[in-house]
Amino acid sequence: MREPILKISDLKVNYGGIEAVKGISFDVPEGEIVTLIGSNGAGKSSTLRTIAGLVKPVSGSVALQGEDITGKDPDAIVARGVTLVPEGRRIFPDMTVLENLKIGAYLRKDDLTDDLDWVFSLFPRLKERSWQAGGTLSGGEQQMLAVGRALMSRPRLLMMDEPSLGLAPLVVRDIFSIIQEINKQGVTILLIEQNANMALKIADIGYVLETGRLILSGTGAELLVNEDIKKAYLGA
Amino acid sequence: MPKTKQQTSGSGKLITLLIVAAFMALTIILENTMSPSSLLFTVIKKGAVYSLVAVSMNLLNGFTGLFSLGQAGFMLLGAYTYAIFMIPSDVRDSVYYLFNGSSVHFSFQEMFGAIFGTAGFGGAVSLVLGVLVAIICAGIVAAIFAYLIGLPVLRLKSDYLAIATLGFAEIIRAIFQWDKLGPVTNGANMLKNFPTFADFNIKNASGQIVLRLSAFVPVFLSAVCIFIIVLLINSSYGRAFKAIRDDEIAAEAMGVNLAHHKRLSFCISSFFAGVGGALFAMFTTMVQAKVFTSTMTYEILLIVVIGGIGSVSGSCIASLLYIAASEWWLRFLDNETYINGTRVPLLRSGFRMVVFSVIIMIVVLFFRQGIMGSRELPELLRRRPKKQPAVEEVRTHE
Repeated sequence: MREPILKISDLKVNYGGIEAVKGISFDVPEGEIVTLIGSNGAGKSSTLRTIAGLVKPVSGSVALQGEDITGKDPDAIVARGVTLVPEGRRIFPDMTVLENLKIGAYLRKDDLTDDLDWVFSLFPRLKERSWQAGGTLSGGEQQMLAVGRALMSRPRLLMMDEPSLGLAPLVVRDIFSIIQEINKQGVTILLIEQNANMALKIADIGYVLETGRLILSGTGAELLVNEDIKKAYLGA
Repeated sequence: MPKTKQQTSGSGKLITLLIVAAFMALTIILENTMSPSSLLFTVIKKGAVYSLVAVSMNLLNGFTGLFSLGQAGFMLLGAYTYAIFMIPSDVRDSVYYLFNGSSVHFSFQEMFGAIFGTAGFGGAVSLVLGVLVAIICAGIVAAIFAYLIGLPVLRLKSDYLAIATLGFAEIIRAIFQWDKLGPVTNGANMLKNFPTFADFNIKNASGQIVLRLSAFVPVFLSAVCIFIIVLLINSSYGRAFKAIRDDEIAAEAMGVNLAHHKRLSFCISSFFAGVGGALFAMFTTMVQAKVFTSTMTYEILLIVVIGGIGSVSGSCIASLLYIAASEWWLRFLDNETYINGTRVPLLRSGFRMVVFSVIIMIVVLFFRQGIMGSRELPELLRRRPKKQPAVEEVRTHE
């Protein structure tokens, strides 16, 4: 098997005084869509935030293609091709769509024309709105902007924290089909979702977190039919 | 269409530049035709200096979202640096008479005078170069202090940062009045006799003034500095500053190094506050630490808020209006006035500030976002782009 693009070993993270992640290990193989599912407080967000460098872990390691990036600063991690689409979109409301996208490419000093074209081809609506302030976009458009902004850093690994949060089902379906499209174009995806059904349908590999521990793993299809998962997360 | 919009925004910029140029030309014309003692020129000079300081504060508070109240402290550093390096050596002993002369024995103007000569055109060159170098030094000293203070202080957020920087300004003011530093700072006494704006008036051989430039010079220097700040705000650094202001976590997730950019913004803002302090020293023709109180910072903060937090042109307009109102238009309220032998009620010393405060309250009530909000003059000057029809259709999507 090829070396995974991201390897998490025995990661422990404290968040707000409590142990949010209690020693988890998992791999993200290159070119695949990997999803972490679990209920509120399972430690999904803490895991992503730690990989992105926004939170420092207590122990354990994060390795990007063999290089240890544990505890590095967020800008160093973005520069290495790992970018997080933060929870709740967090676009910059007073900046135009174009400025938002340019911030995503902040660490790059080269020409952005190709990447802007790429993002606009994925999200044609952003092109129509490129001079509008980010805050005036609808929720779905803001999520597209958040994804587009992250793509501007030309990531090898794109991490998404709850992209379906607060969006209408139809919009969620759009977002997920774009996630698949981005993946097809060679970007590895690490996705966390409460909407487990949707996430597992597009995921190659799924991991199930519960109260800071990894309790189950398998392919997306396997987990979708797993009885325990169905009961706990799919509401079947 | 993005392209046409860019072009219209370009025409807005052109008009703004023309307005600034016209303002400078008008300043020269008025100063040479009107009585030079008119309060108008006080307003223009002080207004120009305050514009620069307000814009530098806006860079920090409005564009980076760091609420700092140390502006007067950095102005003090700039003013003292300028004065210490510009007092001619032959008058140093009389300025520093309480401390048996100064421990600094040169001035930039004389250094350049030794190269270019002290009379005629050479004298003008050495004056201009000396003043420029001293102003830049003033900015650098302020920026160095900002860097050192920023190391611990910039870890603080919002109110705590404001308190810490306010404390710094007060401490600096106390230190500069300390007797032990007398040979450098002249203790609590004033520094004077350095070149001021009036020295830029061009005189003929017999000492008569041919062309008055004393109001043009501060306007020009401030305009250049503000132009540099605008370039910075529109660069990718400016975008990073705005990103930090809007959402620190998102900015960090996009790879903006928070500590580095906050420090950068703090140092640049302080640099221009220092330059503003040097210009302020030239305006008041003397430097004394007790002038740079927190009240001064609040005045500047008021200007920033009235003009619009996050608007450079707002800060400039507001500072001209603020200075004009406080120094000129409302003057008559302080004078006891008699009409037909009866005294007009309320008009007495201090009443000006009462009226002024009421006006400010009204302005803040009716312009919640300040005069300009977060818009700039070029945006107001260009024609509004036509509404794009696609907007409604998308709203129904949700």
